[in-house]
Amino acid sequence: MAKLEEYRSIVGGEIIDELYLLAQKLKGISIQNINSTSFGGGVAEILGRIVPLLQELGVDVWWDVIKGDENFFAITKRIHNSLHGANIILSRREKDYFLSVNRQNGARLSRWGDIVFIHDPQPVALIEEKARLKNKWIWRCHIDFSAPQPDTWLFLRRFIIRYDSSVFSAPAFARRLKIPQILISPSIDPLSEKNCPLEDSYIDSVLCRYGIDKKRPLITQVSRFDYLKDPLGVIKAYRLVKKYTDCQLVLAGGAAGDDPEGEKILAAVQEEARQDRDIFVLNLPPDSHREINALQRASTLILQKSLREGFGLTVTEALWKKKPVIASCVGGIPLQIAHKYSGILTYTIEGTAYWIKQLLHEPAYAQRLGRNGYAHIKNNFLITRHIQDYLLLFLSLSNTNDTVYL
Amino acid sequence: MEPFHFHTRIIQVELLGITASSVRELLAGIKRVPAASIYHHTHHYLEQHRYFSPEHPNDFSYWITTSLGIKSLGEEIASVDLVQFKDIESLRQRFVEILDSYLQRIKKPRMCLKGEEFRFLSSRIFILPTPFKANNLEEFLECLRKITIHSIYFHTFEARLRLKKEDNDFSYWLRDNGWQALADKLSCLDPYTYTLEGLRNKIIDLVKEEIKNNGQT
Repeated sequence: MAKLEEYRSIVGGEIIDELYLLAQKLKGISIQNINSTSFGGGVAEILGRIVPLLQELGVDVWWDVIKGDENFFAITKRIHNSLHGANIILSRREKDYFLSVNRQNGARLSRWGDIVFIHDPQPVALIEEKARLKNKWIWRCHIDFSAPQPDTWLFLRRFIIRYDSSVFSAPAFARRLKIPQILISPSIDPLSEKNCPLEDSYIDSVLCRYGIDKKRPLITQVSRFDYLKDPLGVIKAYRLVKKYTDCQLVLAGGAAGDDPEGEKILAAVQEEARQDRDIFVLNLPPDSHREINALQRASTLILQKSLREGFGLTVTEALWKKKPVIASCVGGIPLQIAHKYSGILTYTIEGTAYWIKQLLHEPAYAQRLGRNGYAHIKNNFLITRHIQDYLLLFLSLSNTNDTVYL
Repeated sequence: MEPFHFHTRIIQVELLGITASSVRELLAGIKRVPAASIYHHTHHYLEQHRYFSPEHPNDFSYWITTSLGIKSLGEEIASVDLVQFKDIESLRQRFVEILDSYLQRIKKPRMCLKGEEFRFLSSRIFILPTPFKANNLEEFLECLRKITIHSIYFHTFEARLRLKKEDNDFSYWLRDNGWQALADKLSCLDPYTYTLEGLRNKIIDLVKEEIKNNGQT
């Protein structure tokens, strides 16, 4: 795993120096991260990178994962979908079970931080421990919160309002809350296996392994198999293009440890793609970071046709690789793509197909989009900026002034 | 002589949970949000899109133009000359006057599409010292080449308007130490018409010219 010093040449030495300065101000304060899975999905991935780098800065920080059975994760998946607007009402029994698993985890955890940093709804009810511990609590929402199902929102709200501060990934996710709501965009790690530069020979070997023709245009969507990522819509858009322009489609992803629904969606996608030898449905293990990196780098275009999206880190990854991206205007994607400047924003399957054709036919324009996108990511969405935001977040808990001299 | 100690600053963006779907709601929001929010919506472009363009639209004008489709009002809000304002309250008042005047002329106000609402944000600043200090003009020039654009931003934009100093930090220091003409030239710059790198280069050129003409630093 990359050391902090290795980022100097990418982001500039002064940024790294500032991180050390901020970290010094947190001396003597311990910080505990808690989420619901140690692998799969963007949250686990980013925690796996940020926690070691914060430790290297001298911050006393660690990461715990709550435990739950299949029933608990089925309930949290329903919560997740209803927060994304699906018409799901949790039963009293489901809510009680959700609470009881949170309480079991509260009793199980033996070490608590001065600051407890809870990620996403699954462990949100651990806040019940605050009254006993009298420490500071932050709730970090990584998902699209723009139109939550009201009943689910009310259920979660009773926990959220007891936190000292909350964090959201995009302005559209803000709620009417009395506690501070901080905007922190997620980030990618330019030195991780998923984003580091790769040898051409490795990229070729990955294409060869799956039988993908490197000489023909390749359109790729990377995301877990989830109906919110609309993989079937991607296939429809590809078919609209394929009538006129030769191309191949890769749908690459996997299922996260806390997502029992993924297999059903994967089966539906495989069935839909069965008759077409130019569609590659790749169900990859969660540690396939280099392969994903290679597929993105080998692609002519990258799609992210999500119906809902948290921030859309796959878009960030693609732009970092200077790829032209066509993505839905949802969640945090508009923060990353200025339409026709650093990528293309679409709203429909037909619109996505239209822009695929445009970009395949105008490669110089497509490349310009990719270059602009890369500059935007470099300035705003790399892991060092994320670490800086977290350090400020922790410092801001003890200082509420508008202007703070450190 | 007191050395000039370069500082930098980092911002934390806060979501206020206040939205607007029409000019009337935007006006109501502008009246009620904290001054830091007005500052944020008129300045964050300067840093976030610093390599894109020297034209710095503010968020209000961008939203009015792109989400409400009212190009004339968007242009009117975009052309508010920020450098003329010495405090945020008078800037807020100017936006209120323009929007009020528009609403008096228009009978059927437009609404934006669902999902394209204006969302009010605010920001807090954390100010940090940098290792760079200047005891004379040559050192000042050297530091200007090395500091980040965030430091340039802090001493020019933030000091003047957000910290209510009415002028940029560089001009204060230069004036206090006898470089009156150079200080005045920097005070007269309209920083909003440069990218931050462009502004750095402009200041460097002015300092170099002063050193060349007067030799003695």
